[in-house]
Amino acid sequence: MSTRLASPADLERLREGILANRDPSKPIVTVCSGTGCQAYGSRNVIQAFIDEIKRQGLEAEVVAKATGCHGFCEQGVVVIIFPEEICYLRVGAEDVPEIVSSTLVQNKIVDSLTYKDPDTGHNIPKESEIPFYKHQCRLILGNNRFIDPKSIQDYIARGGYSALSKALFEMSPEEVLEEVKRANIRGRGGGGFPAGKKWETTRNAPGNTKYVIVNCDEGDPGAYMDRSLMEGNPHSVLEGLVIGAYAIGAHEGFIYVRQEYPLATENTIHAIEQAQECGLLGQNILGSGFDFTVKVHRGAGAFVSGESSALMSAIEGRVGEPRTKYIRTAISGIWGQPSNLNNVETWANVPLVINRGADWYCSMGTEGSKGTKIFSLVGKVRNTGLVEVPMGATLRHIVYEIGGGIPDGKRFKAVQTGGPSGGCIPEQFLDTPVDFDELTKLGSMMGSGGMIVMDEDNCMVDMARYFLDFLSEESCGKCIPCREGIRQMLKILDRIIEGNGKDGDVELLEELSEVISDASLCALGGTAPNPVLSTIKYFRDEYEAHIREKRCPAKVCKPLVSYYIVPDKCQACLICLRNCPEDAINGGKNLVHWIAQEKCTKCGTCLEVCPSRFNAVIMLSGEPVPSPPAEKTEVLRRR
Amino acid sequence: MKTLTLEIDGKQAQVREGMTLLEAAKELGIEIPTLCYREGLAPYGACRLCSVEIIRDNRSRIVASCAYPVEEGLIVKTDSPRVTNIRKMLIELMLAIAPGVKVLEDLAAQYGVEGARFEAEPDFCILCGLCVRYCAEIKKANAIGFAGRGIERTVVFIPEIASKTCMSCRECFSICPTAKIPSETDGVCFLDLTIDDFLSRRLR
Amino acid sequence: MIAAMTEIDKLVDKYQGDRSALLQILLDIQREYYWLPKEAFLRLSERLEIPLNQIYQIATFYKAFSLVPRGRHLATVCMGTACHVRGSPRLLDKVKDMLNVAPGETSSDMRFTLNKVNCLGCCALGPVVVVDGEYHGKPSTAELERIFAACD
Repeated sequence: MSTRLASPADLERLREGILANRDPSKPIVTVCSGTGCQAYGSRNVIQAFIDEIKRQGLEAEVVAKATGCHGFCEQGVVVIIFPEEICYLRVGAEDVPEIVSSTLVQNKIVDSLTYKDPDTGHNIPKESEIPFYKHQCRLILGNNRFIDPKSIQDYIARGGYSALSKALFEMSPEEVLEEVKRANIRGRGGGGFPAGKKWETTRNAPGNTKYVIVNCDEGDPGAYMDRSLMEGNPHSVLEGLVIGAYAIGAHEGFIYVRQEYPLATENTIHAIEQAQECGLLGQNILGSGFDFTVKVHRGAGAFVSGESSALMSAIEGRVGEPRTKYIRTAISGIWGQPSNLNNVETWANVPLVINRGADWYCSMGTEGSKGTKIFSLVGKVRNTGLVEVPMGATLRHIVYEIGGGIPDGKRFKAVQTGGPSGGCIPEQFLDTPVDFDELTKLGSMMGSGGMIVMDEDNCMVDMARYFLDFLSEESCGKCIPCREGIRQMLKILDRIIEGNGKDGDVELLEELSEVISDASLCALGGTAPNPVLSTIKYFRDEYEAHIREKRCPAKVCKPLVSYYIVPDKCQACLICLRNCPEDAINGGKNLVHWIAQEKCTKCGTCLEVCPSRFNAVIMLSGEPVPSPPAEKTEVLRRR
Repeated sequence: MKTLTLEIDGKQAQVREGMTLLEAAKELGIEIPTLCYREGLAPYGACRLCSVEIIRDNRSRIVASCAYPVEEGLIVKTDSPRVTNIRKMLIELMLAIAPGVKVLEDLAAQYGVEGARFEAEPDFCILCGLCVRYCAEIKKANAIGFAGRGIERTVVFIPEIASKTCMSCRECFSICPTAKIPSETDGVCFLDLTIDDFLSRRLR
Repeated sequence: MIAAMTEIDKLVDKYQGDRSALLQILLDIQREYYWLPKEAFLRLSERLEIPLNQIYQIATFYKAFSLVPRGRHLATVCMGTACHVRGSPRLLDKVKDMLNVAPGETSSDMRFTLNKVNCLGCCALGPVVVVDGEYHGKPSTAELERIFAACD
């Protein structure tokens, strides 16, 4: 890719040229290569396609390419064959010869690899008809499946950089700013602050040197939307960033990528190089006279560094801790200069708004929240993956229609949104439309988009403890309310989980919560009590059970749970006895097995290995464990 | 220098732009408790004891007065119930780490903090950062610094520098509000408080 | 072990001696040598004119850095929320016991380093343990034994 584009016409010519060279009727095999599918072996799958296509002499007829994340992470490796949009799921390298022979050569569907409706049993080969995809509105993430992230040509072929061209040549910076303000793009990183307003503050702040920043520190555990965008379509974020820089008057930018995302870092650096070669970054972009360069800055494993002022400190080479000074970073950010920081997804929304206009953008969403939002729908849900819906879609729509509901016949309990700053939302609120303000009213928040579904086997006290534990490690430790307050809250929760909870513990948790949220230096501490408070609000009965009855209703909290082999069901198969890592199971051939409770470490292996036709191992909580059977008790044989 | 007007605890005041709320309150004769604040050092905002309530456009917020700059028309409350609750809890939290320390006991008496709801786990360092900041900003020696984060965060001496500069200085001894530094160093600097000790503790 | 200070100098030059690149330089050293030796800090302090205490603060603040030599094999257990609800604490306990090492630490025979991480983004596989770059979802006790036995 060596042509340097020196005008919008050059870009259009390039785009037309690329499209002219692509026969739309020619089959293209796209293989998802996001980190998730790579964990499933997608690199082997793509190689298998390349090899098999070559072996069958089809190189001239078929193209196979690795694309960004398709979103249906539960069913990886995801493969889509265009133009028919045949979607194959759970593809392994061993399936490839059949796919090539049947589908590519004979136009026959391989039924075993298509999506199977869990209720009707019908096969659904077409991607757009699969419920997971059908009920989404994939304006942003949808492009991933057409684009090889290492190919700027793919991006340009999809209309990429046309928004930048329009902004630079048909709009003034003020007009771009106005459009973004009218669209009311709110920060997708969790804050929900109107991006246009922030841009304006930065633009108007005194000083000639301004910076724009992409926050790809995505630290909420369970949320990986930004990773998929940055890995799968880095150019979309770059384009948004340059447009923003133009509107704000910044000529230098930074993309802060967390250290745990090596593929996103690699693909972003590659995209920057390609864009630079094309004249879409650097000096005199597209011949417009506007200069802009951008650098990638890697994080090193600290959740708190995703906080705006902390991130900027990190870019300066100092420790990535939030700063005490009360001055907005839009006015005084990196090296004291006005700096506009936005989340990956926020930037990715910008080209859309410029191309199609604020009015179109505002036709989607709710009164206060426009456009779409990408969520990572994970946990106890059938169809886990990345989901994009218009703001205002209900939780029920997301969890059931797209997510397919709760697997294994279990009951929905709650959905956690907003990560460690958010809260749990119980069943009675499933019809709540998801937007920035509605979720906040319920005591949670939208956050960056993590949506973790929990069922009856999850303990809400355990969840609260999980988040506090996370925060106690991630807190920078500078201020007392956060460091010491969270430490004490965690100790109380530990006691409750260990069976040493006492009356007054919940009230003390609430008292600590108030001080921590009021007095902490930054939003990490400021929102740290939210998971605890929301679980107390909606699941107080679970706290009371742990404290008063020493019982964990979901049977999760190890100290409150005992494993017990039901004598009547045991068939003395010896499997649990042999597998117990602590040698805590007694019994023998024909003799009922029983667990010596004092040796049991509650690892759960016995439950795991007991054959399902016996189901002899159960968990007890809040009740005394029956005494072991008399010595040498024989089993009750079942036919 | 521009002046502006704000209200602190019901009193109107004319203050210079660029002052912090803490400085403005002091000029009005209003005492706000502090621990990590020290004149001559940049505000640090770690102890949060100087928290005050500010009201603007009918919305109230808690901020650290040692760092918050004065603003035209701001209404400040230095001892509202919300603020008092915060201070009491902060004192309780600090007493759990540094029980019996005079400056904390005095504050506890002043704010009516009784009893200890949190189990004492004496370490005595409340991470106010005065030693680190003083050594960096005033002495420009950087012999002492922070290591780790969250509950692992500790103050550590850097042997390569401390061995050359500390013996003849020891000014951090009297700055430490809980006397942690003098008590640990026993006349010889940095007994158990070096970066190497920190790293070997991590391995345990 | 860093053979010569020239390696550090090369890195500093790669970033044009820019002090704000300290974190990036440390990341490069960590990636290359699997840990950050003390000599590196001393040299960086000299070249970048950053006080040693600040370098130590940065090196100990971030999870990515190991200030002690790392084990031959790296096992990482995902502790993200989605994996948590699918039982990652139990998986972590199993792995801890099998390898006889605590998270963040290296076994005394230098065989294994165990780390925790928050969200690898393959939540459908959860709970996940990554051993030397290979992902294993929902591993049974037997599978784990097999995986670790294969590591020398």
